[in-house]
Amino acid sequence: MTTTTQSRATPVASEAAERAAAAGGGVATRRRPGVRIPRPSGWSLIRLASILVYVFMFAPIAVVVLLSFNSSRFGTFPLEGFSFRWFEALWANDAIVSAFQTSLVLGFLTAIISTSIGIAASLAMVRYDFPGKGLINTALITPILVPEVVLGVALLLFLRWLSIPKSFLLLLMGHVLITLPFVVLVVQARLTAIKPVYEEAAKSLGANAWETFFRVTLPLLMPAVFAGMLFAFTISFDDVTATLFWKSGGTETVPTQIFAMLRNSISPEINALGTVMIVLTVSLPLIAGGLARWFARGGRG
Amino acid sequence: MAETRDIAVRLTDVEKNYGSFQAVRDMTLDIPEGSFVTLLGPSGCGKTTTLRMIAGLESITAGEIAIKGRRVNEVPIHKRNLGVVFQNYALFPHMSIADNVAFGLKYRKLNKTDAREKVRRALQMVRLPHVEDRFPGQLSGGQQQRIALARAIVIEPDVLLLDEPLSALDANLREDMRVELKRIQRELGIATVFVTHDQGEALAMSDKVVVMSDGQMEQIGTPEDVYNRPTSRFVASFLGNSNFLGATVEDVTDGLVTLAVKPGEGGAMPIRLSIASNGRFRKGEAVQIVIRAERLCIGRAPESRGGPMNTFEGVVTNVDYQGLNARYFVEAGGQKLQVINPIDQHPAREGDRVTLHLRSEDAVILDDTGHVHH
Ligand SMILES: Nc1ncnc2c1ncn2[C@@H]1O[C@H](COP(=O)(O)OP(=O)(O)OP(=O)(O)O)[C@@H](O)[C@H]1O
Ligand SMILES: [Mg+2]
Repeated sequence: MTTTTQSRATPVASEAAERAAAAGGGVATRRRPGVRIPRPSGWSLIRLASILVYVFMFAPIAVVVLLSFNSSRFGTFPLEGFSFRWFEALWANDAIVSAFQTSLVLGFLTAIISTSIGIAASLAMVRYDFPGKGLINTALITPILVPEVVLGVALLLFLRWLSIPKSFLLLLMGHVLITLPFVVLVVQARLTAIKPVYEEAAKSLGANAWETFFRVTLPLLMPAVFAGMLFAFTISFDDVTATLFWKSGGTETVPTQIFAMLRNSISPEINALGTVMIVLTVSLPLIAGGLARWFARGGRG
Repeated sequence: MAETRDIAVRLTDVEKNYGSFQAVRDMTLDIPEGSFVTLLGPSGCGKTTTLRMIAGLESITAGEIAIKGRRVNEVPIHKRNLGVVFQNYALFPHMSIADNVAFGLKYRKLNKTDAREKVRRALQMVRLPHVEDRFPGQLSGGQQQRIALARAIVIEPDVLLLDEPLSALDANLREDMRVELKRIQRELGIATVFVTHDQGEALAMSDKVVVMSDGQMEQIGTPEDVYNRPTSRFVASFLGNSNFLGATVEDVTDGLVTLAVKPGEGGAMPIRLSIASNGRFRKGEAVQIVIRAERLCIGRAPESRGGPMNTFEGVVTNVDYQGLNARYFVEAGGQKLQVINPIDQHPAREGDRVTLHLRSEDAVILDDTGHVHH
């Protein structure tokens, strides 16, 4: 505060400087008691906000799960009774079962192909030097940045231009394209952390490049490989936008099937299907996480 | 030069460039069968690079490397049959100790029983017979080091390559491992290249020491040679504690050079020394004398070896007790000298006037560029 009084007392000090000094002094003095704001009110406000956010996020999911066990056709509360009838209906619905099969096959193939390519690409990026490396690395990651609609249309137009008809293979290729960046990011991060000296040791003991990869690099990379596969599977399993562009006429995946069903009516079967998907996409990471930890311990215990 | 078949590794004019930077040049070196050769030098002098070139982990820019008489320039590492021990052991963390040690045996066409027997013997050799089922993370640093060694020797390599294998261990353990490593090497009779920047390690373990600086070899010789007869100022100052005195040649007779040491500031009486000649010197030539700190003796004269004894006076300016030894700083003839002597009953004290003795064989004369005369 001394600065303020001083500048006031000095006639040569310009008005602007005076205001700046006053403001500076003011902020400094005002901030200190600010820390002493009674904590409880601030924190309870934040707590309340977080709870509301979570409720907002999870309530619809909870509703879907609850309604899927409702014995009534109409989604009203309170629930009329507990039943598995919508799950049974689901099981009896050929379209859904076949969509489920398509999704599973597509997801697994995507995970396997995407992870294989991702490992190879990461090895090249992390362990070798070659011209254009930075460019290729960027190209591998860009599908994350390009909006999926654009990606969907682009690939479609490209295939039109090549006059290749839509097929399951095309859909698979597309899914590999959108999941690859995630795999590459996860695997690269892990590979950077594995010192090349392990590979050098293996080679010095007589292992060639392949043997070194399968006996040393891959086992050490396993947690990342698992995580990558998981990402690839769940992304592929959940994808709607790009899949709508790429799937051929008769093929439906679970999300596109739901999408199609929603156009007619809101059947409780959809709730059941949603519940199945939730269970699948939540349990899979948990299982994989457990497996990864098991591997990290060297496959013991 | 020895017969080719007695040479385990031969480097001929080997060179390594990283872009325009020369990491190693003019490396010409024979590593005889069964010998323990140490690459010694300050950080960044190219020791690791040299070792990695022998191992095949680094390509060579020029020259030739031969292992057991076979040119290996183009032979990939996994076909060189070498045992490599890395600084941080590099044990495979996902494999048990038994699997780690047996790793290299997979590529050597052995049946399971033979392989298991070899693993057992290797673990016995490194004195850790009961850890087969453990994992690397469950062993101490010293134990991991032994396993790394077992893994390298179990494949019966032609050459053993060790890059600062002891540097990650604490001091006591390092001494033990030093002895252990040397015992194993001798028992196996395997040619060994050892990289270190620890001169104590190098002098204690090696048959031959290669002192390197700036990517080049400075001197090759037995530990005794490089320590007592350094051929350059670099070697003399890198190993142990040395005094460097500028001097002028006054006379050369019967293999003895008489030198007048240049007096420092203060206008003191210059010291005159007789040193055994190690080159051809002219009268009036400016040279440098290298005297090891432990070769100067305070008080008692050392036993003569036939040559004359130099005796001169000095004043102790500082004493630095180091347990067994004391390091004295003595001013003599206007020069400040370092003297390291064992501590006897009556060590000299600061301010004492002392007599210093130096045998004529115990100093080396270098030319004024800091190298031996040729
Ligand atoms: N991959 C590389 N690219 C460029 N320069 C390198 C590379 N590897 C080593 N060098 C340089 O080559 C020189 C020798 O390195 P080297 O690792 O052989 O040293 P060193 O004698 O083993 O040292 P230290 O005792 O520190 O291990 C150093 O100056 C180093 O910076
Ligand atoms: Mg090194």
